[in-house]
Amino acid sequence: MATVELTNIKKIYAGGVEAVRDVSLTVPNGSFTVLLGPSGCGKSTLLRMIAGLETITSGVCKIGDRVVNEIEPADRDIAMVFQNYALYPHMTVYDNMAYGLRNRGTPKPEIDKRVREAAKLLAIEEYLTRKPRALSGGQRQRVAMGRAIVREPQVFLFDEPLSNLDAKLRVTMRLEIKRLHNRLNATSIFVTHDQVEAMTLADQVVVMNAGNIEQIGAPGEVYKHPATRFVASFIGSPAMNLMPGKVSDSGVVETPGGKLPFDAKRFSASGEVDVGVRPEDIHVSSGSNGFSFTPELVEELGATRLLHGNFGATPIIVAIPASGTTHENREMRLSIDPAAVHLFDRNSGRSLAR
Amino acid sequence: MQKRAIFGGTSLPYLLLLPQLFVVAVFFYWPASQAVWQSFLLQDAFGLNTSFIWFENYSELFADAGYYRTMMTTGVFAVLVAGLSLSLALLLAVQADKSIRGAGVYKTLLIWPYAVAPAVAGVLWIFMFQPSLGVVAQGIRAMGWSWNPLLNGNDALTLVVLASTWKQISYNFLFFLAGLQSIPRAVIEAAAIDGASPTRRFWTIILPLLSPTVFFLIVVNIVYVFFDTFGIIDAMTQGGPSKATETLVYKVFFDGRLGGNLGSSAAQSVILMIMVVGLTAVQFRFIERRVAY
Repeated sequence: MATVELTNIKKIYAGGVEAVRDVSLTVPNGSFTVLLGPSGCGKSTLLRMIAGLETITSGVCKIGDRVVNEIEPADRDIAMVFQNYALYPHMTVYDNMAYGLRNRGTPKPEIDKRVREAAKLLAIEEYLTRKPRALSGGQRQRVAMGRAIVREPQVFLFDEPLSNLDAKLRVTMRLEIKRLHNRLNATSIFVTHDQVEAMTLADQVVVMNAGNIEQIGAPGEVYKHPATRFVASFIGSPAMNLMPGKVSDSGVVETPGGKLPFDAKRFSASGEVDVGVRPEDIHVSSGSNGFSFTPELVEELGATRLLHGNFGATPIIVAIPASGTTHENREMRLSIDPAAVHLFDRNSGRSLAR
Repeated sequence: MQKRAIFGGTSLPYLLLLPQLFVVAVFFYWPASQAVWQSFLLQDAFGLNTSFIWFENYSELFADAGYYRTMMTTGVFAVLVAGLSLSLALLLAVQADKSIRGAGVYKTLLIWPYAVAPAVAGVLWIFMFQPSLGVVAQGIRAMGWSWNPLLNGNDALTLVVLASTWKQISYNFLFFLAGLQSIPRAVIEAAAIDGASPTRRFWTIILPLLSPTVFFLIVVNIVYVFFDTFGIIDAMTQGGPSKATETLVYKVFFDGRLGGNLGSSAAQSVILMIMVVGLTAVQFRFIERRVAY
């Protein structure tokens, strides 16, 4: 097990495209760190640089105590699980898992022991003699994980390993990866664009955008206290409502839809800002206080209900518990908890929280 | 695929097949059957008298030491050309598959020799290696090596092998390159992380995954050596010196066209036909199955 330390990592491709710009990140020993971001944000490139599959343009990548910038992937003591599994199609499941050990000259009885242990752990014992093409997607993914486990590497790297699975299997495999990590306690870095995967798996979420790290924090942290407007809009489903606003004194922000109170103690804000409110932080108000809202469209999700409508000129989404009935096009009153209002700098997009 | 054309009766489908069957019959079955028929006949030198002699043409062939020698020559020729052109093409394709500067130009240039007609290729090579005029031949001689493909059988065979190989590399290269590009990059990367050196990756991952291409090309190359090298041999050595470069197909031409022995020539072409049918059968039955890993 080892800590992974990235310092000022940059990746500039031959064509001048900056895939990763100045990223610094520490993945503590034994942690499960998820790199989360939209496609093209540089998260996969970053992972591939840690793996040694991409050269590092500048910066330092350390695994354990070693600087690995110039070290071959094979010698970095890492294992990687690929999105399309990347199993060797001409080898049996057993040989797929044994390949890495054979390359390293591990004695035969030891290989056999490790492969069988991993197969047992992943419940693929009965498939050991099969070729990958005779396996389902979920089984292939297990084999790919088995191939990583037998090597007992210092760091596990996962490159969107669940995105090729169907929705139901994805949930199962997600739990299994989590269970596996709890059991092996190996340092893991997991790349995904799926925030649910990130929130459920990670002890540390790294939100990336356009080659930069937007925020590093625990899943609850990035949800409750997004450091930037991007994180606020990317994390949470449905996405946070964002609208322009202007801070007048005494903890009130004026928006096109009306005045919103906010917790003045938490922010150092003045002038033009962007106001963010999560759909689930807007509540149905019992009395006549709050603001008027007319839902134009109601989406029933079972436990919750999504109301689409306008707040001033801004389209917003409100998530309320699904009790009673909500009529479309009938005016209702909503209120916002001042403590749940987020403010972001209009230009930099950074949170104005103190 | 449940799309099926429904025809009322059987006459229309047969009618639609007719043009194709006609073409195949005229251009393949008729000449082939003519060859088979000819191989049972013996004609006198003036073509006035023809008699039916059953398998005598064949038994005569198989009693002829010259025929076995031609077979050997063809075998050696096939192994050398197929072996050389396959391995060189694979080497070039593996290099071209790397992300290198100017890869496009490099690939295009490698494909050009395929566009050269066999006879032209033969002439090109004979110009380079002609003992008294050839640029390369003069170089070889300057190094103190007595080089004369016009007199020395081995030199001639070497020359024909080189020219035929050169001609075939482009074709093999194209297929290998396509094969290499269809191997998922992630599989190679996984092997790299799994601690396999580039050489080991080639032998344990890339080559097994390329095996369908390799098997296909082996058959195609053997057929190429058997038939398509005719133009090269005819332009360069005419099978000489003293039949050192005479392959089976060249002997068919030589005995039939120049020697006037149509019966033997036909018998030889029937044997060649059987060989190719055999090869194709092997490809379809055995190899196509091995291909699916």
